Amino acid sequence: MAQRPLSPHLSIWKWGPAMLVSILHRATGDAMALVGLPILLWWLAALASGPEAYAFFANLANSWVGYIVLVGISWSFFNHFASGIRHFVMDIGAGYAVDSNNRWSVLTTVSGFVLTAAFWAVIVLR
Amino acid sequence: MGNGTPIGRVRGLGSAHHGAEHWLQQRYTAAGNLIVVGYLVFSILLLPDMSYATVREWMAGLVPPVMIALLIVSVFWHARLGLQVLVEDYVHHRGARFGALLTLNLAAFSGAAFGLFCLARIVMNIETEAALQSAMAAAAAASAASQGGGM
Repeated sequence: MAQRPLSPHLSIWKWGPAMLVSILHRATGDAMALVGLPILLWWLAALASGPEAYAFFANLANSWVGYIVLVGISWSFFNHFASGIRHFVMDIGAGYAVDSNNRWSVLTTVSGFVLTAAFWAVIVLR
Repeated sequence: MGNGTPIGRVRGLGSAHHGAEHWLQQRYTAAGNLIVVGYLVFSILLLPDMSYATVREWMAGLVPPVMIALLIVSVFWHARLGLQVLVEDYVHHRGARFGALLTLNLAAFSGAAFGLFCLARIVMNIETEAALQSAMAAAAAASAASQGGGM
């Protein structure tokens, strides 16, 4: 085979906000599917099995490992939620101009963190 | 049927007529997730705590178990579609890809069925306990009345 240049020139690129949003959207969605859903099922199974099973789940959830996992899942949700809204906007054909795309990409990523912080602030302070 | 170049073969096969189906279902379930997961998030924020008693009392309501049932269906469906894309993008070996998609389908349907079954058991447990408590209260009242009448 003749050595022809590859498109879209895999070695020539630089980081942009849209790349980060795209990667995080996939990563957080897959994390929720592979980690979040088993935990959701565990929570429901514990609730169905009785107080002892629920206490076992609650003890793990209240440990520091449990908090790391739950904060991670909640951030995954809020990030995926924000970038999902961005997808809906782009689905109607809006937001493709470079300036506004970059601006909304940054805002999407930031709002994922802000919503996660607000969620846990309400839980901790109530 | 074309039998020359790959593109010719594709053109020969023509369209399967559901090219946008996966994409659309991902959007439909995303809109559903917005509602049902949003409901779960606000419920968690509005409940005083997440203890066994509190969550069971919440589940005894009419709306919460229905919303969680819808959540299980919508979220597992959406997750199945999303993980399918992950497999299609990164698993290149045809046999391994088929195996991964087969496993994914079984896991998604099993997970959703398990979740719905757990939910049914939670609701039945609550109903049974309430029925038992009212029967015991009625029996206690009846025995108190008969003792009072005997004296």
